[in-house]
Amino acid sequence: MPAVLEIEGLRKTYKSRRRGTRNALDGFDMRVDAGQVHGFLGPNGSGKTTTLRTLLGLIRPDGGRMALLGHEVPDALPTVAGQVGAIVESPQFFPHFTARDTLSLLAGAGEVPAVRVDEVLELVGLRDRSGERVKTYSLGMKQRLAVASALLKNPKLLILDEPANGLDPGGIREMRTLMRTLAESGMTVVLSSHILGEIQLICDSVTIISLGRRVAFGPVDEVLAQHSSGAVRIRLEAVSDLPVATEALTQAGIRVTGHPDHLMLAGVDKPASVTRLLAEKNLYVSELAPIAVDLESVFLELTATAPVPGQHRQVDESMKVGGTGQPGPAGGGWGA
Amino acid sequence: MSLFRTELRRLSKRRFTRYMTLLGLLVLAAVVVGVFFTNQKIGADQLAQAERQADQQYQEQVRWSEQERAACEQAKTAGTATDGRYPPDCSVITPPPREEIKADWFLPSTFDFKETFDETLIPFAAILALVGFVIGASFVGAEWSTGGMMNLLLWRPKRLTVLLTKLAALLTGILAVTLPAAVLWFAGFWAVANFRGSTEKMTSGVWQSFMLTGVRGVVLVLVLTTIGFALASLGRHTAMALGGVVAVMVVGQFGLGILLSMASVRFAEAWLLPTYALAWMTKTVTLQDWNACNATYYGECKPATMDITWQQSSVLLSVGVVVILGAALWAMRRRDIS
Ligand SMILES: Nc1ncnc2c1ncn2[C@@H]1O[C@H](COP(=O)(O)OP(=O)(O)O)[C@@H](O)[C@H]1O
Ligand SMILES: [Mg+2]
Repeated sequence: MPAVLEIEGLRKTYKSRRRGTRNALDGFDMRVDAGQVHGFLGPNGSGKTTTLRTLLGLIRPDGGRMALLGHEVPDALPTVAGQVGAIVESPQFFPHFTARDTLSLLAGAGEVPAVRVDEVLELVGLRDRSGERVKTYSLGMKQRLAVASALLKNPKLLILDEPANGLDPGGIREMRTLMRTLAESGMTVVLSSHILGEIQLICDSVTIISLGRRVAFGPVDEVLAQHSSGAVRIRLEAVSDLPVATEALTQAGIRVTGHPDHLMLAGVDKPASVTRLLAEKNLYVSELAPIAVDLESVFLELTATAPVPGQHRQVDESMKVGGTGQPGPAGGGWGA
Repeated sequence: MSLFRTELRRLSKRRFTRYMTLLGLLVLAAVVVGVFFTNQKIGADQLAQAERQADQQYQEQVRWSEQERAACEQAKTAGTATDGRYPPDCSVITPPPREEIKADWFLPSTFDFKETFDETLIPFAAILALVGFVIGASFVGAEWSTGGMMNLLLWRPKRLTVLLTKLAALLTGILAVTLPAAVLWFAGFWAVANFRGSTEKMTSGVWQSFMLTGVRGVVLVLVLTTIGFALASLGRHTAMALGGVVAVMVVGQFGLGILLSMASVRFAEAWLLPTYALAWMTKTVTLQDWNACNATYYGECKPATMDITWQQSSVLLSVGVVVILGAALWAMRRRDIS
């Protein structure tokens, strides 16, 4: 499958006279194949928006290469801009124009036929409110308008930066359906988000970023499989047998956490080995369930942003790859 | 081309543009109406009336000087004329000769097209230049501050093309208002002159001079519009341009003016921008320095003078536009947009 979006070794350093430099992107890589819905995940301040801005030519990178639809950007941006629809960060529009005027002006600038305006207004559900000034819109309605503006070009690649922000549950579901429909029609969708449930539901593949570097990527199930911790829950026929089982399993090198009616095992490669081990001791398993990891726990593990009781995690305290692997504020901080 | 037309549409859709234009045109109309009502046509009636008033004035002068002379003589005989209130020779107290009191002084003001139309082009250009400046600043400033510019750049990634097309659309729009307004202005004052003055003695030379002044006025409007646009684009906010100009005018110009006059610098006005705008419109502004008195043969004081010409102004205007617009374009090319 051809790559629709390719980023290699992208660097962006923000310089501030007062506070030194900050590496917002520190050799970031990303690849999105055609026809996919791709999730772009990362904690706040990890560099998602910076990546998308750089890709779209709004900010100048300090190094690395990027390509969109097979063309090197930013040089070829004028060629590909007509095929890339994007919203970056929170949607912003001139507040005194109506939604229809806003879209019609964009359509005019981009030489898109005017009928397309009505089509996208219908698609995002703003048809009946399109004559009202954007100033009077709620956040979710502005978000819908932003998506409409990105869809206006009928793009091959759709890039949405946190599109679920401000949407109501119904809106999120509609957006999900819309994105699936678009992907089925052949559009490639890149979706930055921190709403992991959403990503897991609709994305084919993901890239996870932390402190300006990629920490994981690939199809969603592969990422989950790679990072599943091998957790297994077992129950025995007799609850009284649990201590014996614990002892046996611990001796076999498996980490065991006891619970009143079941045991949680960690680091199990093959669940079958557990059954055999216990059967040898005449303990019979009534339930053995590999615990499916979800994207959220993988995300928290990879970016090291899981909450720790009694600690207030600061935004830059997340996983830095290629370094010590320890979470800490040292990497990428101001004045580094 | 589509971008240009779109930007023109955006410009005309904006309420600020509409209200500002309307306001500017209303002020211009008010000026014409005001001039209309404060001028009168001079006919036989007005001349006779002025003649009568001059006569009256002369009579008054005669009466007054006779009174004074009588008082003078009285004081002399009484021997109290030592305080210098009266001249030694009472006969020098005479009324001015009749012909020194001109009937012209008593004529109501009248609008002589040939003499005055030129001057009316100064407020015309000034008002429209102000309108152009704020519209230009708000047109691009609001785009920057509301994120509209970023949206547009996602569609048209060539930044300089986008900015220059916006500027071209703005100047076209301003021109589309200024030119008809100039025609109406001319027609308005022609009517004023017709009904409240005279349209006589219009030679082709006069016409040409009016045309040139008009063209210079339009250029001034376009230059100020461009500067407003460029400043707001540089500061990425409408308020930046307006604030910048207020700062320059208040601190830079009034402050500078006060400072220069305190330091009694010669020709202090030569440091002030409005002088150059005025010189641009009137071709020359002659500054006078009354401290440097070139005594004439008769002992009269002639101040030293300095001419500011429209050529000097044109250099200043060009340099201003090139520097400010150049900076705006450079910033557009180089700076990150977030
Ligand atoms: N204009 C800027 N100047 C300085 N630092 C910035 C700027 N924009 C973003 N950053 C910094 O770069 C990092 C990445 O930001 P961003 O890409 O917006 O993160 P997110 O993943 O939440 O979208 C953050 O630490 C942020 O503070
Ligand atoms: Mg962001």
